[in-house]
Amino acid sequence: MAKQQANWSPYDNNGGSCVAIAGKDYCVIAADTRMSTGYSILTRDYSKISKLADKAVLASSGFQADIKALQKHLAARHLIYQHQHNKQMSCPAMAQLLSNTLYYKRFFPYYAFNVLGGLDNEGKGCVFTYDAVGSYERVGYGAQGSGSTLIMPFLDNQLKSPSPLLLPAQDAVTPLSELEAVELVRTVFVSATERDIYTGDKVEIVILNAEGLRREFMDLRKD
Amino acid sequence: MFRNQYDTDVTTWGPAGRLFQVEYAMEAVKQGSAAIGLRSKTHVVLACVNKANNELSSHQKKIFKVDDHIGVAIAGLTADGRVLSRYMRSECISHAFTYESPLPVGRLVVQLADKAQVCTQRSWKRPYGVGLLVAGLDESGAHLYYNCPSGNYFEYQAFAIGSRSQAAKTYLERRFENFMDSKCEDLVKDALIAIRETLQGERLTSTICTVAVVGVGESFHILDQNTVQQLIDEFEIVGEEEPPAAEAGDTGDQETAAGEATPAEEGAAPMDI
Repeated sequence: MAKQQANWSPYDNNGGSCVAIAGKDYCVIAADTRMSTGYSILTRDYSKISKLADKAVLASSGFQADIKALQKHLAARHLIYQHQHNKQMSCPAMAQLLSNTLYYKRFFPYYAFNVLGGLDNEGKGCVFTYDAVGSYERVGYGAQGSGSTLIMPFLDNQLKSPSPLLLPAQDAVTPLSELEAVELVRTVFVSATERDIYTGDKVEIVILNAEGLRREFMDLRKD
Repeated sequence: MFRNQYDTDVTTWGPAGRLFQVEYAMEAVKQGSAAIGLRSKTHVVLACVNKANNELSSHQKKIFKVDDHIGVAIAGLTADGRVLSRYMRSECISHAFTYESPLPVGRLVVQLADKAQVCTQRSWKRPYGVGLLVAGLDESGAHLYYNCPSGNYFEYQAFAIGSRSQAAKTYLERRFENFMDSKCEDLVKDALIAIRETLQGERLTSTICTVAVVGVGESFHILDQNTVQQLIDEFEIVGEEEPPAAEAGDTGDQETAAGEATPAEEGAAPMDI
């Protein structure tokens, strides 16, 4: 008798793409709103973006049930932090918390591919990119999800920062203005929608800056 | 109450059916500085006196936010109060996580009371030495509860605990029938007047009291000092209904009262009752 393999998986991939771009004093976080399973669409109107703190916004693609649980967990931890410290968590603090939370389940991971965006303690935009078990890095821009392979090279072309080995040290954040960054995000999603079947319907764009949080939607191809 | 042979253990009954250790714990509440709560249909106000041990130190935190819709004021062993607040916060977070809805106040006070009861029936524990005024909002409106070290809890229209709380209770008993329909601002003023009753002639300023409010459409929050001082000024000027400590230097104080609460106002010496 041949070895029996599990035909039930605890995971599913609900698809979708997430992007974040850090600016001098703003951060743009975007994700499409399509939720799929297999070759079917479950809904065209599901938000993958979650505001964890005033200055930290998470966009996650992957298995949405795990993502929902992860978001709830982080929200509860943030409440505890607020009770204890009497203030909101900063984005870098949230970044570390997210990393620790993911690694905690190193041997039964959250099937979540995260991009965390926000403003750091100096008000500059910051983006952190993660793998499923919590390895993270602060970057100037990031993309995760089913369209990431289509999106990332384009972002590299438009935004790639000079090498960190250069002297004098150059800023990783993009010199683009906020409006230019939002326009770039729209372009990127329109392109990804063309070729990635799991990306489409609408893109939700969240812009974080000194004035607060703004949310925009843009329609994408529905096929 | 006097020392007797039945009061060593919390698990020893007295012959009259009393648990003396529990009663001593309730004494500890009476020694703490005053805390007051009152409620209307839509709002609950908590107020407390900030007593610092000496001039050099800061005062103890006596009002804690437990959740957006629940807050608590404590009197007695503040360390016990802090620990219980942490428990309450944790319960609220846990409930909201599981049920995606806020924990009803009534449920929280029962959990708190059960937790207190455990300490009255274990030989290796001692009762919590803190009384809690729990203010909260749920679907059935605004509520104020008092949790005591014995594990009992009661719902109140208005209540006061801590030292000289009887003076505040007397005032509240006179006025409580008006509370249900009061506006939030009036409730706060009533709370401040009740606090003043416990001060025995000492001048009421926003530096020696803390006020917090929770209400329909209003998350639990502690009022900032300026807002409190403005409200105090309003009723100090009017000379509210029979203030027993008639402040003689009132008119002179108004100019200095706004934002300034230093002892440099000895010019208007508070009248002793």
